[in-house]
Amino acid sequence: MSETFAPLDRAGIAERIARDIPEGWFVNLGIGIPTGVADFVPLDREVIFHSENGVIGAGPAPAPEDVNPFLVNAGTQPITLRTGGAFVHHADSFAIARGGHLDLCVLGAFEVSESGDLANWARSPNEPIKQVGGAMDLAIGAKRLWVAMEHVTKGHGGSRIRKLCSYPLTAKGVVKRVYTDLAVLEVTEHGFTVLDMVPGLTRDALQARSEAELHWQ
Amino acid sequence: MIDKFVPDVAAAMAGIRDGSTVLIAGFANGMAETLMQGLVDQDARDLTIVLNAGGRDDGPIADLLASGRVRKLICSFVRAASVAGTLFQKGELELEIVPQGTLAERIRAAGAGVQAFYTPTGADTLLAEGRETRVINGRNCLLEYPLRGDVALIDAWEADRWGNLTHRESARNYNPVMAMAADLTIVQARHRVELGDIAPQNVHTPGVFVHRVVHIPA
Repeated sequence: MSETFAPLDRAGIAERIARDIPEGWFVNLGIGIPTGVADFVPLDREVIFHSENGVIGAGPAPAPEDVNPFLVNAGTQPITLRTGGAFVHHADSFAIARGGHLDLCVLGAFEVSESGDLANWARSPNEPIKQVGGAMDLAIGAKRLWVAMEHVTKGHGGSRIRKLCSYPLTAKGVVKRVYTDLAVLEVTEHGFTVLDMVPGLTRDALQARSEAELHWQ
Repeated sequence: MIDKFVPDVAAAMAGIRDGSTVLIAGFANGMAETLMQGLVDQDARDLTIVLNAGGRDDGPIADLLASGRVRKLICSFVRAASVAGTLFQKGELELEIVPQGTLAERIRAAGAGVQAFYTPTGADTLLAEGRETRVINGRNCLLEYPLRGDVALIDAWEADRWGNLTHRESARNYNPVMAMAADLTIVQARHRVELGDIAPQNVHTPGVFVHRVVHIPA
């Protein structure tokens, strides 16, 4: 059986997510693939981006000569502030994240389970050093949590779409939608429902790359 | 006359005792680097340091850790290859990793007199093992306690003699919230301004939370 389909690259996943973000939403983008989503939301579609270090209305990176050392995002990269933006202190910034004020948060992940469990902070419970950052806060607080990740792992090709996560959880039952290089999956009460696939991919081929059972609209 | 300005860093750092908990604001910027050097240069040992992240292999956090005066680090993120990561793996540094929002909220709680709070953050994770959880409004939540400092090291753009402060752009980060959560809040300010020069509605950290200010021009 020959398969003729092209997986999306990381920018392609970001572009696909950006299509689904409407004007007016207040959005936090995690590090990795999600950071690139902002590049595909045109400035005239007024989406307000939040950064955990207290930035409301984060804008594109400045030209090198316009870098302001006092203005960075949560990935510590230089950014600009959109007209209408504001600064808050760290506790207020996480009150935004934890208090249900974000319409959407997009995070990277190692694995997502069919009940919406998210694993994105540790590859093993025995890692000597935990690097939790703000992922647990963002995961429990946003009105919608979407995940951007590759469908299978790079190394052994194991599926990241799981019945149960094998990695330590970041939060339980929080993921609403997953955007991978192959498909868009909604987490429903029945498990993963496929909303979209890359052209040329068959249902069987997608199921073969998913450990959890997939459902179809 | 209230005047919180002190003449130099040594005066600003005077009286910090062994075993103190020191809150250090900053997130890539907004960090009181001169005061951190002052902490290295004075005598207090056995310190607990609270800050956002464990830093890299150079810079003020690394210098402070390498001074051997720090017993414990409380933060949200540590790189394995950093000075903090190396000291921890050698057993020379205690480490408490706290989700970043919980870290900020624990500090805010200390400043606000909140004695404990429940949050869903981390409740279904390894971080909750052996700790008190409770289902509230249908959500599993984890009990968290305030995190108070004996000392806070704060960075500001402008300061007046009452200790009213402004902070630049995202350099505000932990500064206002840590300033209100310590018994001794010490500020390094880039600009010294006259009382009244900062419009009241533009004060980011009111002087009532500030004890000492040292003027450190760029």
